[in-house]
Amino acid sequence: MTATDAPPAKGGLKRFLAEQMRNIAPVFTLIALVVFFSTQSPVFFSVANGLNILANASITGIIAVGLTFVILTAEIDLSVAAIANAIGITMAFFTAQPDYVNIATIPLPGFIAILLTIAAALGLGSITAFGVTRIGIPSFIMTLAMMQIANGVSALLVRGQIAYIFPEFITTLGAGTIYGLRWSIIVCVLFFIVAHLVLTYTRFGRYVYMVGGNREAAEYSGVNVRLIIASVMVISAVCSGVAGMLGVAYFGSAQQNGFDDFLLTAIAAVVVGGTSLFGGRGGIGNTIIGLLVLGVLNNGLDLINIDSFLKILIRGLILLIALVINVYAQKLKESSG
Amino acid sequence: MQQTGDTLSRGAKAPLFQEGVKPLLEMKRVTKRFGGIAALLDVDFSILAGEIHGLVGENGAGKSTLMKIIAGVHAGFEGEMLVSGAPVHFRSAGDALAAGIGMVHQELSVVPDLSVAENVFLGSQPLRMGGVVDWARMNRQAKAQIASLGLDIDPASRMGSLPVGLQQLVELSRVLFSGARIIILDEPTSALSPPEVERLFTVLRRLRGEGRSIIFISHFLDDVLEISDRVTVFRNGAKVITEATAGLTKDAVISHMIGRGSVDMHMGESAELSGDDSRKIVMEAQAVGDGHALRDVTLSLRQGEITGVYGFMGCGQIELSRALFGKVALKSGSLIMDGKRVRFHSTAQARAAGIAYVPESRRMMLFRTEPVYKNVSISILDRIGRLFLKPNAERSITEAHIKDLDIRPQKTDILLGNLSGGNQQKVALAKWLTHLPKVLILSEPTRGMDVGAKEDVIRILKSLRDRGVAVLVLSTEPETILTLADRVTVMKRGSVAREFTLGHIEKADLLAAA
Repeated sequence: MTATDAPPAKGGLKRFLAEQMRNIAPVFTLIALVVFFSTQSPVFFSVANGLNILANASITGIIAVGLTFVILTAEIDLSVAAIANAIGITMAFFTAQPDYVNIATIPLPGFIAILLTIAAALGLGSITAFGVTRIGIPSFIMTLAMMQIANGVSALLVRGQIAYIFPEFITTLGAGTIYGLRWSIIVCVLFFIVAHLVLTYTRFGRYVYMVGGNREAAEYSGVNVRLIIASVMVISAVCSGVAGMLGVAYFGSAQQNGFDDFLLTAIAAVVVGGTSLFGGRGGIGNTIIGLLVLGVLNNGLDLINIDSFLKILIRGLILLIALVINVYAQKLKESSG
Repeated sequence: MQQTGDTLSRGAKAPLFQEGVKPLLEMKRVTKRFGGIAALLDVDFSILAGEIHGLVGENGAGKSTLMKIIAGVHAGFEGEMLVSGAPVHFRSAGDALAAGIGMVHQELSVVPDLSVAENVFLGSQPLRMGGVVDWARMNRQAKAQIASLGLDIDPASRMGSLPVGLQQLVELSRVLFSGARIIILDEPTSALSPPEVERLFTVLRRLRGEGRSIIFISHFLDDVLEISDRVTVFRNGAKVITEATAGLTKDAVISHMIGRGSVDMHMGESAELSGDDSRKIVMEAQAVGDGHALRDVTLSLRQGEITGVYGFMGCGQIELSRALFGKVALKSGSLIMDGKRVRFHSTAQARAAGIAYVPESRRMMLFRTEPVYKNVSISILDRIGRLFLKPNAERSITEAHIKDLDIRPQKTDILLGNLSGGNQQKVALAKWLTHLPKVLILSEPTRGMDVGAKEDVIRILKSLRDRGVAVLVLSTEPETILTLADRVTVMKRGSVAREFTLGHIEKADLLAAA
């Protein structure tokens, strides 16, 4: 499921491994973690716990799909978690809440509420896209501003309250199950499949990789670079929006700061999986592995009853190691290519 | 080769060349392999104290590899390297510099936003007590340093405000200042105007007088023959000859370089223009300007003609080419295609209108870490399939181009970065040839290319012209323009200085007009 399909060069196995390091290292990390936690905890290696890990990773996964597009073009989106929360809250805002929830809602039929909410996500993404591609604000700063704007929207809509009711369709997708399998996992997998197909088999996907690989060359080849960048920013916002809608249903509540952990986890998943921060390398396959690494790590650390404060530190260290590998792999690639 | 009487008499004047004089730097049986392929095979090479040593050869002949070994960039190699008779082994460019070997690369490594003095002392500013930069001392020393090259530059002025030629000399002074006895200059004259070249040569002769040695790598054989004491020619990773310059002619050097009979020596010295105003105008720039580098440029590109635009570095031709391809927004004037006014907001619009563009640097238009076929297909993906990719079609199109243009190795899946420079340039052309563009714009199409690849590119461009493409070639090399163009426009300081349409034209005419 990786985008690097170049055959091993004549230089031999060493060079092939150097090129594939960003794909291989995360897989080995995942296997090592699974083996480690299986020996340390009797309940870790079971179907129930596996599904638990997947369910926990599914909301982050949808965010990470959009973020993968962004990072492949060598941009960044720091607003994903804030947009997810704002969109989740927007959906609650369009749904009738119980009397004890003191929010000035505009109740609409569920279907319309969902459409309007997705339109809101599109709108936020378009603002980011405009700022980055038309005005020329670096995505790092533009999405930082968008993060604050989305947080502001969230704050204004809920005013410190908590909303509990969402359209039925969304509640089913976010919290429901089918044959014991959570719908959110199925939705996340669908996002993976579609995103992978788009990145691998469509013209747009190729442009995403080429813009990330050498933006100047893409422009001199007549690729509309600004359109591609704008598109990935919008895709990221829409993915975040969908994750936000399912997420609030998954949590059972929409409130200020509901998605605080998700920004770091989503970026970490993409990078730990081996997608290059410099763009042009990696893909959905990498992101899936990255999500599983983080999911297994969080879950396993809970099961072996480790100091929960130490957990945060360990996550940070794992992220650091992944960054080192990411940058190192890029250097190997450059020196061998 | 036997020494001629001429070289012997020269040797008598310059005792350095006599047998038994110990070379300053000596390479013995040096071989360097990349992944099993020898880029350099069994090469002996030496530099004497106080000589200017010219190094020529086609691209991929091994001269860069040898220089990178000498400058400590490539650490691993087979064979021996001796400095002043003692074996050395450099692990980095720092090691080489410590041993007195410095290199000035073709692409300048200066910081345009710092002052001249700061650039001279980059990384080693003189400090006062407590680690504060001693500006007065730094400026004084920098001025003295630059003055020792015979230049009068204000050390406090901004580096970026100097012409490229002076920036290069400041960088050279930085290398000298760090104590280099052997200085490697890679294509030092390629970006310089004739007076700047003369100034560089004056400086180099002065350095030689001080007993320093200079390795002068260049594609400009006239420059090499003018400045060098000895010349070494490389071909296919091996040394062909090292000879005193006095015994060499340009013709002889070229035949050593390409290993076959002499080519027409006068290629590109003059041309017979054949501009025909009755041909259909495909694209027209009317009084275009970009607000700073371009002013009121009017130019017509005609079907089946190659229009050459000549001018010195910085005359605005690069900006003109960018403006025609929609990379730079116009502040004034208008573009007309097929009689209709057009505005390009992106390069994608220019491409859709039938304009193809090959910029002056390969890095700017190729994807080194992607396979060849993706490099070729990037500009035509929308014609192969609107939504989905068709990799097999991409590969077969690429295969056809590889055969047509004789790109080596003949593989579609090899990473582009593994191709030699000349072959990369052909890939850059190939991406525009699947569907003939109406207008093909090339900036410096043959710069830094070896003779063989140059001939290939010239042949390709002429055949495109004959098939009706309006070709625009912009170059700072008069030979390139004279070899290719049917009509010539000379640019100077952002505007059109002169136009030549018909008749005989000499290199001197171009130089005089620019």
